[in-house]
Amino acid sequence: MLNVGAISEGYVLDHIQAGTSLQLYHDLKLDEGDYCVAIIRNARSNKMGKKDILKVECDPGTLDLDVLGFIDHNITVNIIKGEKIVEKKILKLPAEIKNVIKCKNPRCITSVEQELDQIFVLTDPEHEVYRCKYCEEKYKGHKRVR
Amino acid sequence: MRHLMSPMDFSVEELDRLLSLAIDIEQNPKKFAHACDGKKLATCFYEPSTRTRLSFEAAMLNLGGSVLGFSSADSSSAAKGESVSDTIRVISCYADICAMRHPKEGAPLVASLKSTIPVINAGDGGHQHPTQTLTDLLTIRSLKGHLGDLTIGLCGDLKFGRTVHSLIHALIRYPNIRFVLISPEELRVPSYIREDVLDKNHIPYREVERLEDAMADLDILYMTRVQKERFFNEEDYVRMKDFYILDKAKMTLAKKDMLVLHPLPRVNEISVEVDDDPRAAYFKQAQYGVYVRMALILTLLEVEVC
Repeated sequence: MLNVGAISEGYVLDHIQAGTSLQLYHDLKLDEGDYCVAIIRNARSNKMGKKDILKVECDPGTLDLDVLGFIDHNITVNIIKGEKIVEKKILKLPAEIKNVIKCKNPRCITSVEQELDQIFVLTDPEHEVYRCKYCEEKYKGHKRVR
Repeated sequence: MRHLMSPMDFSVEELDRLLSLAIDIEQNPKKFAHACDGKKLATCFYEPSTRTRLSFEAAMLNLGGSVLGFSSADSSSAAKGESVSDTIRVISCYADICAMRHPKEGAPLVASLKSTIPVINAGDGGHQHPTQTLTDLLTIRSLKGHLGDLTIGLCGDLKFGRTVHSLIHALIRYPNIRFVLISPEELRVPSYIREDVLDKNHIPYREVERLEDAMADLDILYMTRVQKERFFNEEDYVRMKDFYILDKAKMTLAKKDMLVLHPLPRVNEISVEVDDDPRAAYFKQAQYGVYVRMALILTLLEVEVC
């Protein structure tokens, strides 16, 4: 059993799909800050068999939970203060996401006017469909902005 | 302030009011001849268009207003690298309303987000062309008297034809609409229209390849052009372009009161011998395009005519 020390303030992101935590680390732009981060991969899980966990020491409020909700709204978000869980956040699909994914439609205005924000809107919550705000192209696969 | 980006921006009730206003304009043109005195329409066309631009200009001139603008990206500041956002901010200082056509999808929406005047999407790539849809709806309502309880045949390029997709979206909001989708296998309506629009809304439709198999059932036959610019190779285009030719012989299979519509320009999908048939409504449709754009300009400028 691997032991990782408790954090005094920040987030514990639990029930991350096994093998995806490193990508999530980048998606949340944790590589751009001076955060203390523990990435636990392939931890045993009764619910999932295997799971990843991310522990982030930072001010609560730092992470963009909309991005997290878009990437995987099944992740459990525990907010930690004084080494204790003070809140469990339930993620939901955000109505709109900005500059997380990029429109792949070569005919979209964003392909030529690159200063425009890349905005996707949730158009079908049941099927988790996001469409580009400008050209309405359906988001199909992962293509990160960075 | 309102803009028009998609025909679905208007509710059915708002559309009814707009179409009623267009019919009033058709019947009482003098009443509206000075409705926009002193107002200016900017036509910002980043790609060539004849009928849409001239239709907008005729509409504004008929209302007593004036027009200014450009008809290709080469003759605008876009050639110098100016963004759509910057252009519309400047145009907002010169005009009261703007009609914008752009080859890039979503460009008019970008303009509307920065504009201080109403922006009308006059066509953005293969995305939306809402004033064509308004034209189609007005033509059907004027010549048929209603927009519900109709069997509509859509024929030709149903895969890339944005007018067809917009018309399907707009018509399913009316009761008892049925579609016959007439196309070669390669140019069928995209699956997202079949599944997300027709099936999801329980709209009856059937798909056929031969025009002759559909003619007798139709109240409206909406013909479309196979667009050369949508094909990656010449061979496919040549094979598809003459797939459907509506001629006198096929018209004998149709109902006496069926209407033939076409967004124009046509190439050879409607034989010129059909032009004299009283059921050929595509040139009247172009006239209705002016009336509906007049009604749209009045609506977006919030001009009331008593």
